[in-house]
Amino acid sequence: MKKAFLPVLLLFAAAPALADSDLPPDPYSYTQLADPKQEASAAELMETLRCLVCQGQSIADSDAELAGDMRALVRRRIEAGESPESIRAWLVDRYGNWVTYEPPLAPVTWPLWAAPILFLAVGLWLARSRFRRRRR
Amino acid sequence: MRRVILWAPLAVFLIFAILLATGLLKPSDQAIRSKLVGKPVPEFVLPAGVEGRPGLSSADMKGGEPRMLNIFASWCIPCMAEAPQLAELERRGIPIDAIAIRDRPEDIAAFLERWGDPFQRIGSDRNSSVQLALGSSGVPETFIIDGQGIIRHQHLGEIRPEHLPELVRAFEAAR
Repeated sequence: MKKAFLPVLLLFAAAPALADSDLPPDPYSYTQLADPKQEASAAELMETLRCLVCQGQSIADSDAELAGDMRALVRRRIEAGESPESIRAWLVDRYGNWVTYEPPLAPVTWPLWAAPILFLAVGLWLARSRFRRRRR
Repeated sequence: MRRVILWAPLAVFLIFAILLATGLLKPSDQAIRSKLVGKPVPEFVLPAGVEGRPGLSSADMKGGEPRMLNIFASWCIPCMAEAPQLAELERRGIPIDAIAIRDRPEDIAAFLERWGDPFQRIGSDRNSSVQLALGSSGVPETFIIDGQGIIRHQHLGEIRPEHLPELVRAFEAAR
């Protein structure tokens, strides 16, 4: 029992790798804007921006420091009266379309937009020929 | 025609299976390059990161000679690993400035004391705002900026000894 316990204890003693600063988060990364309308548009934008560190998450979901700083940037700019789409464009200028979860309609992304319509059309066509056969 | 339709679901399934398998096997870690390479450095002014050394502003990047800009932090472990390479670049006469991300003056001073200090100017970016303006997504990163303030090169991650020739070449090309 004791023998099995020691490695487990050592596991807890392992020092975590430092990947974060010790500065406190920017006030705006965890504090909502005073104006609920502005906060709502900031939140909507934050949910569609991708975190640069934890690449599967939006900056609204991520606890990474850089995501916090990105939320602070979004809130500060919304508070200053900038439109969400211009903030998105500012980030896309720097990080590419990769940073937004709302892909723009572009030659590379058109299959993404066309595929559902195409699949629906194929499905309808298949179903139609099926019904026709049954009627005979 | 009927035959083709009969096999179509299997074909579609196979396509999805292959997509899934490649997605699972390929590591998803993606390096995000700044789209500002080839464009001017965005305007910024940063206060001094350590006492007795000037801070950094975008105006400092337009002195007519190319400069290197290192994005680092005292809490960043790979930044320690690249310190000897930065020292080597400084030894070869390349002027290097730095932006310290989310850092305190005393921590930066201790870091430079311990790992070496190749920097001419150090700006302090306490909420990563200049880092975001540069299109940088982590520490460390290194930019090469030409004398007119145009970003010419971005190096992601720590500089290892094998990266030195490439960085020197990019610096010479920015002249």
